[in-house]
Amino acid sequence: MAEKKIRVLVAKPGLDGHDRGAKVIARALRDAGMEVIYTGLRQTPEMIAEAALQEDVDAVGLSILSGAHMALVPRVMELLRANGQDKVKVFLGGIIPDEDVITLQKLGVTGIYGPGSPTQKIIDDIRNSVAALA
Amino acid sequence: MLQTSVLEGDRLALARLLTEIEADSEAGRSALNDLFKHTGNAHLIGVTGAPGTGKSSLVNQLALHYRKPPNGEAPRSVAIVAVDPSSPFTGGAVLGDRIRMRELSGDAGVFIRSMATRGSLGGLATATIGIVQALDAAGFEIIFVETVGAGQSEVEIAKLAHTTLVVDVPGLGDDVQAIKAGILEIADVLVLNKADRPGVEAAERALRGMLKLGHPTKRAFNHHGRPTVTESSDAELAVGDEWIPPIRRTMATDGKGIVELAAAIAGHKAHMEKTGGWQLRERARLQGEVEDLLSSELMSRWRSGLDDKDFQKILDQLVTRSISPGQAVTKLLKENSQ
Ligand SMILES: Nc1nc2c(ncn2[C@@H]2O[C@H](COP(=O)(O)OP(=O)(O)OP(=O)(O)O)[C@@H](O)[C@H]2O)c(=O)[nH]1
Ligand SMILES: [Mg+2]
Repeated sequence: MAEKKIRVLVAKPGLDGHDRGAKVIARALRDAGMEVIYTGLRQTPEMIAEAALQEDVDAVGLSILSGAHMALVPRVMELLRANGQDKVKVFLGGIIPDEDVITLQKLGVTGIYGPGSPTQKIIDDIRNSVAALA
Repeated sequence: MLQTSVLEGDRLALARLLTEIEADSEAGRSALNDLFKHTGNAHLIGVTGAPGTGKSSLVNQLALHYRKPPNGEAPRSVAIVAVDPSSPFTGGAVLGDRIRMRELSGDAGVFIRSMATRGSLGGLATATIGIVQALDAAGFEIIFVETVGAGQSEVEIAKLAHTTLVVDVPGLGDDVQAIKAGILEIADVLVLNKADRPGVEAAERALRGMLKLGHPTKRAFNHHGRPTVTESSDAELAVGDEWIPPIRRTMATDGKGIVELAAAIAGHKAHMEKTGGWQLRERARLQGEVEDLLSSELMSRWRSGLDDKDFQKILDQLVTRSISPGQAVTKLLKENSQ
């Protein structure tokens, strides 16, 4: 029997420009042995939740630089729950003010990472949080 | 049970079942046993070709077409399995085919699943057959399997699919012609995508030339009792029972040529049904499936009954060249059956 692979959806919601950061993370997670479903730019929360469901992922990584995280992240969480995917771990990368970090953590976001966060930390956090479920 | 919910159209249950099948778990196997009698209704379409030729973009356009047929036909539900290679070093993968399929989101008649090859040799994940069966049982009428054409995988996809599309683009150059000749043999429909690019004419001519080698269009006809030889000017004609793969030009970025491509796919299906080729393929497909399962089952049974010390001893003899691999097999089979 094959081992259980960690599957992560990496998405870039919102309207802001490029997805370089998201791509770097996607590659780092691949190099850590994970299967990364990469959906590209300008994803709506609905698109993200739908892809997370079809792909039966363990975690969702969102990269948001536009400042719209307080609009986008709660909506993604809500849709994941509505779909019955309340166990899916959500990770967020971007420039997030401290007070928003607290609010989002209360909402159930597992990890929040500012620019320059070591990718190894993100990898470890995803591994540990997913392993805690098994 | 997952299988019951899958038959009722529960999408989360379907997604979870696909994960079980990929993991080759007990739950996945038993669900497949239960679901098998509900399969056999989908049209399985393989899409293969070199990296970046536009396979995902084409699948996106074809899916849009089947969801909203322009000629007033009923829409058909579509499932897409997009297979990408796992890294041989880390076992990880970036699965990026969904990037080209964003227009399909929000449609409950579409289900897209990405999968990695997970070390299967052929490039087509071992679990793909099971995944396709589950989607078939779940009621999807058209199932696409996208896979990068690299060596063995296109042969596997041709075994799995009813209709295989091979995607080529202008300007790939003559150096890949040798590979193409092999891949052409499995094509039911040839797609010349990126037709907006320079060199389409030459590319189509080259494809046609190679098709003629593979499928000579000269056919002897017994016309009015008198044998004549006709040279078919149109390589797309199905002569008698033989299907000559048509070539269709497309621009997957804006959808040009998709209606014609869909017509060619429908033509292939109709031809197969008329000539009995569909049943033959179905039979060959299932035979291949059983043989694959059987050989892995036999292998694992044989291994579980094997004493590793005996195995190592035989390997020692092999390394010192005192027996040959063939003799080793004879010995191993004897030892195992004692
Ligand atoms: N000019 C042009 N570009 C196209 C056409 N079809 C696809 N492309 C572009 O080709 C690139 C690759 O397209 P994909 O659909 O991802 O190709 P693919 O074969 O699925 O790629 P892999 O899955 O990575 O092997 C994208 O940038 C597309 O926009 C076309 O008809 N014309
Ligand atoms: Mg692709």
